[in-house]
Amino acid sequence: MSAANPATLGAKRRDSLVGIVFTLPAILGFVMFSVGPMIASLVLSFTNYSISKPLQFIGASNYRALLTGQDTFFFNSIKVTLLFVLMNVPVCLVTAFLIALLLNSKNIAGRSLFRTIFYIPTIIPIIATAMIFMWMMSPDFGLFNALLKLIGISPSKWIYGEKFVLPSLLLMTAWCSGNIMVVFLAGLQGIPTSLYEAIVVDGGGTFAKFRHVTLPLMTPTIFFNMVMFLISSMQAFLQAYIMTQGGPNNRTNFIVYYLYRNAFEFGDIGKANSLGWILFLIIVAVSALLFWSSKYWVYYGDE
Amino acid sequence: MTTNLGKTLFRAFVGVLALVWLVPFYWILRSAFMGISQIFAYPPVLFPNPIKLENFQAALTSLPFGTYYKNTFLIVALCVSGILVSCSLSAYGFSRVQWKHRDKVFYVLMSSIMLPYFATLIPSFIMWTKLGLTDTFVPLTLPSWFGMGTASIFGGGMFNIFLLRQFFRTIPKELDEAAFMDGAGHWIIFSRIIVPLSKPALISVGLFTFLNTWNDFINPLIFLSSEKKYTIQLGLRTFIGMYSSQWNLLMVASFTAIIPVLVVFFIGQRYFVEGIATTGLKG
Repeated sequence: MSAANPATLGAKRRDSLVGIVFTLPAILGFVMFSVGPMIASLVLSFTNYSISKPLQFIGASNYRALLTGQDTFFFNSIKVTLLFVLMNVPVCLVTAFLIALLLNSKNIAGRSLFRTIFYIPTIIPIIATAMIFMWMMSPDFGLFNALLKLIGISPSKWIYGEKFVLPSLLLMTAWCSGNIMVVFLAGLQGIPTSLYEAIVVDGGGTFAKFRHVTLPLMTPTIFFNMVMFLISSMQAFLQAYIMTQGGPNNRTNFIVYYLYRNAFEFGDIGKANSLGWILFLIIVAVSALLFWSSKYWVYYGDE
Repeated sequence: MTTNLGKTLFRAFVGVLALVWLVPFYWILRSAFMGISQIFAYPPVLFPNPIKLENFQAALTSLPFGTYYKNTFLIVALCVSGILVSCSLSAYGFSRVQWKHRDKVFYVLMSSIMLPYFATLIPSFIMWTKLGLTDTFVPLTLPSWFGMGTASIFGGGMFNIFLLRQFFRTIPKELDEAAFMDGAGHWIIFSRIIVPLSKPALISVGLFTFLNTWNDFINPLIFLSSEKKYTIQLGLRTFIGMYSSQWNLLMVASFTAIIPVLVVFFIGQRYFVEGIATTGLKG
């Protein structure tokens, strides 16, 4: 603790300046492309801004129209988005976790080849993925119905059927869960083998190892993947835009797709922005809930 | 399950699962080389016969895919260089320079990951329209020079700064201090010590940015309107509209959009897996 002499004070001030200069691009980017637009979006959500009309403040009318059910599509879009998220997050996390467990096994040969195979679907353009799945799910000539017929099950309408569209999309998203799988695999490989040996000493088998070592030590990774994947699932858009156009019968009219249509097809920019903010608040609420719940199930070691 | 039988069954199971995972790829390849009569054969045929190489010519000359490729590569090059420059500078400022409120500012910036992308997209669209810059590559590339990556589950937003900062923090402080003693300033330390030592992390970030930008659909959809500015993904969408049920040609088109991604992936595979692994570890 030396007394502040002018020289070190000067150095400190210079360092502050240096720090800000280095980080300035990101700070400006944050203001211009992130928080700035977000605030503008909040302001616009209280207007009737549209392509044809001059901008006018209309108070909370947009929100009122949405929340009182005056807009007949809104509650449905919330419902189908949440339904999709509630199916998508567990299905993809469990698929990715199981594959990671398989690939982490001592008995596996050629791990990096398998890891590549399960990972690759995540890097190919989603339009290409969507096209392949649309083709495979084609009700008349698609591969999936041919396979169903082979094992004696009556054909499905897949994404073209109201009841089947959401589960059908899960096939595609689960296929693309390699990103999550790689993070799980890295987490699994970080578990010290000594812990497993301790279980063996205590006479525990494979299940005991999983229950008492793998699962608790993986909870931080599960939590991380859950939060990230939840946020991205809430913003599902491309499946609806490319594969289903929100249909059949609005079963995939996800919030973001509905927002996009309001802004860029119906020209109702005010309403689109209120949708964006409602979505944002839902994401914040759900993430807060997850963070709150984490203290009951996420294991952070003894640190 | 330590018996040999168990081991063999286990390996067979993983092998079969991997084959299931490869089916969609097989289906693209199979369909891309088929004539239209075979495409609609029922039950589906497993191998194309005869092999229709003409499909490639038919699909690739029906739209100016060359232009789409050129546009996409230009956008990708500008984004990758922008992200590498801006994010490494910022990550340096957030890890190797001591300044007041540094970590607070950092966490505020990271909160951008939570913002729904579409909510920020509409005001940005209005801004770029007012500036007269829609239907140019500026809205697609300029944000990269300010640390904003294309939105995506991993590696989007300001996530690259997070990744590089994590990496920079693992480089021993003594290196900076020794350089300081020799009279080097921050710029020298950044460019001569930190950047050369961080090559693997920078390559990871560059590869992620390549993929996210190459695969980006939403931004080109919103900002580009004239067909000669289209990226490959927008070209694919147009193609779907034109050939709604000619699945052989559609598969050729998606095949050609996948190839560059696979090439880049196989060249940089090591960096990919390491990069993702670091993002998932320790916040």
